[in-house]
Amino acid sequence: MNLDFTPADETFRKEVRAFIAGAIPKQLKGKSRRQYEGKHDFLAWHKALYEKGWVAPSWPKEYGGTGWTSTQKYIFSEECAAADTPMTLPFGLAMVGPVIYTFGNEEQKKDHLPKILSGERWWCQGYSEPGSGSDLASLKTTAVREGDHYIVNGQKTWTTLAQFADWIFCLVRTDMKAKQQEGISFLLIDMKTPGVTVRPIITLDGAHEVNEVFLDNVKVPVKNLIGKENEGWTYAKFLLGHERAGIAGVARSKRGVERLKTLAGAEQDGAGKKLIDDAMFARNIAELEIDLLSLEFTELRTLARESKGGHGPEASILKIKGTDIQQRLTELTLEAIAYYGSPYQPFAHDKMTNEYVPGPDYSHGASQNYFLTRRTTIYGGSSEIQRNIIAKMVLGL
Amino acid sequence: MDFSFTEEQTLLRNSVQKFVQNGYTFDMRRAIAKSEAGWKRENWKQFAELGLLGAPFAEDFGGLGGGPVETMIIMEEFGRGLVIEPYLGTVVLAGGFLTHGGSKAQKEQFIPEIVEGKRVFAFAFAEPQGRYNLADLAVTAKKSGAGYTLNGHKAVVIGAPWADSLIVTARTGGGQRDEKGVSVFVVDKKAKGVSCRDYPTVDGLRASEITFENVALGADALIGPEGEGLPLVERVVDEGIAALSAEAIGGMKVLNDTTVEYCKTRKQFGVPIGKFQVLQHRMVDMFMNYEQSVSITFMVTLKLGESDVERRKAASAAKVQIGKAGRFIGQNAVQLHGGMGMTDELNVGHFFKRLTMIDTMFGNVDHHLKRYASLD
Repeated sequence: MNLDFTPADETFRKEVRAFIAGAIPKQLKGKSRRQYEGKHDFLAWHKALYEKGWVAPSWPKEYGGTGWTSTQKYIFSEECAAADTPMTLPFGLAMVGPVIYTFGNEEQKKDHLPKILSGERWWCQGYSEPGSGSDLASLKTTAVREGDHYIVNGQKTWTTLAQFADWIFCLVRTDMKAKQQEGISFLLIDMKTPGVTVRPIITLDGAHEVNEVFLDNVKVPVKNLIGKENEGWTYAKFLLGHERAGIAGVARSKRGVERLKTLAGAEQDGAGKKLIDDAMFARNIAELEIDLLSLEFTELRTLARESKGGHGPEASILKIKGTDIQQRLTELTLEAIAYYGSPYQPFAHDKMTNEYVPGPDYSHGASQNYFLTRRTTIYGGSSEIQRNIIAKMVLGL
Repeated sequence: MDFSFTEEQTLLRNSVQKFVQNGYTFDMRRAIAKSEAGWKRENWKQFAELGLLGAPFAEDFGGLGGGPVETMIIMEEFGRGLVIEPYLGTVVLAGGFLTHGGSKAQKEQFIPEIVEGKRVFAFAFAEPQGRYNLADLAVTAKKSGAGYTLNGHKAVVIGAPWADSLIVTARTGGGQRDEKGVSVFVVDKKAKGVSCRDYPTVDGLRASEITFENVALGADALIGPEGEGLPLVERVVDEGIAALSAEAIGGMKVLNDTTVEYCKTRKQFGVPIGKFQVLQHRMVDMFMNYEQSVSITFMVTLKLGESDVERRKAASAAKVQIGKAGRFIGQNAVQLHGGMGMTDELNVGHFFKRLTMIDTMFGNVDHHLKRYASLD
């Protein structure tokens, strides 16, 4: 057991740091994601990474991955977080990409993988439905075979950034008589196909990131089926368990703690001291930091085990604790800024004429981040569902 | 000991309930929040007609002669409707300053105007550097002839865009955080040198950053004793905390009822999700949080008239309980509603946001834990 990085790792860290410093898109400096003005802002960092060949660190090298060791991936995510780089979107790179290179045919790989890497094809995820959230396998969207096509009907919801998407990967029901999990297929659908309609859902923070996607007699070529018909649930489960590295968001949360300390050092406590010197607030930060430190080492242990071929439901621990920490971080940030948590920060898509936001820059949008971050314990398998998984798979209850 | 309400108090509750049910549905509230003005003057007129704006004031001034219990009833029902109009700022806070600290002339001028709905107030107390310390004041009022000259910046003044007048705390002497030297003034918003930058807040209200630049105040603008205003400010803020607690329990009740109802009807895995024990226990905890909050709201309401120390302890205790419970109930109402709880379309998120802002107002949980502990 040791915690040392090799000299090669340290050289790698320097290379990453130098690259990031020169590559962060200028138009995004100082902007939060809520102020991104469109697709180009979301994609600017993706494109910079793509040109360097670093956009998909977890992909196998043959499909455009970096071939990095898990230590190198860890260093890369640390450096990205430390520099506050934008995040790449997971729908293509972390979700449908791995499904395609693992279960797709040659034609699908050739068609989609290069365009996921380049950012030319924007993906969204068609999983949840109004009646199927935690119980995803009860989904009702149907795909009926008619010659060389499926005719798809149904409704997907909570579809993140579907307003920009070129393609959607969907779980659809192809066998209405089979048991729930056994009648599901994994289908790729071009968003431009007639019958696909996107309707915005505004979230409680005022953002438009999620949508409803209506599928009304959408004609989808059979060649867009991934793997075998009625085996989609297997691919869906693979996808859910795939991206363990990063699920905990440790690197970003570490950066978040640093930022929290900086702003608590800038805020006054109303008694002549800085907020960070207030015993109660200092204790709150310390507790959060210790929780995060434990999680960091839980994640490292998980990665170490996986690199030796081990496998377990640790992803659930990483998700539960990771999102808990992210929420606590936004909560403490909101506490730190006191009354300046009150002003509403308009979004780029808001039509409010008054764009004035008072208070220090670090306070802008802080309460909205707190509200929005409540979703992290709901999406991707709620904390309750994750606990059920641990109870069943680990404890055997 | 008696926790029952009088017939008049029950009638008062019924009339506020009726107003909220008919005039403040969730859609109506949304429309008001999104309107250019951000509030509805028509509602204010209705409050006057219903006698709500005069509820706590003496009958001599046109009031109903009520007290903290009447305020609690009104605020609780307003809390259920997420009422936006500035009842707290005008009736509870400005009304409190005038009642406890106002001169005869000030009372005779301003209280009837409040009661009749002709004058709206906002309370300008917070400053960018002051956090929750009511005495941490960089705004100054310097003696100038018979009156004062006001200078400085007040932060996040809730309801200021709608106000005709402001109640402003300012330093007339002493150092920035001294207990001595705090004074309270009534300031006409249209006075020369007052400038406001208005903005919406995350909980659907409006607020302003207010700058005072050599604003000339007459001697009659002073409320209460010069330089000895802090006890008055604390008293009125404690009354504000009691009123906010009542508003909060109104909101908590709606969240709990909505959540239980949702869990009874939302089906996953073939059963209503309310059948899952882990969610049942969560809802039981939400329920207990609510009950404890109702209790502490009664407690603080009934103790507002006691000694300064008792009143302060009661207010801080209430603010701690309300802050913790509001957070627990708000967060879990969203969680149990799943994705739906995250939407702007459902009322759940709006109550959660309001409860979050109530936690901050006049000091959060940590602030009042410290204040409570320091009072022993």
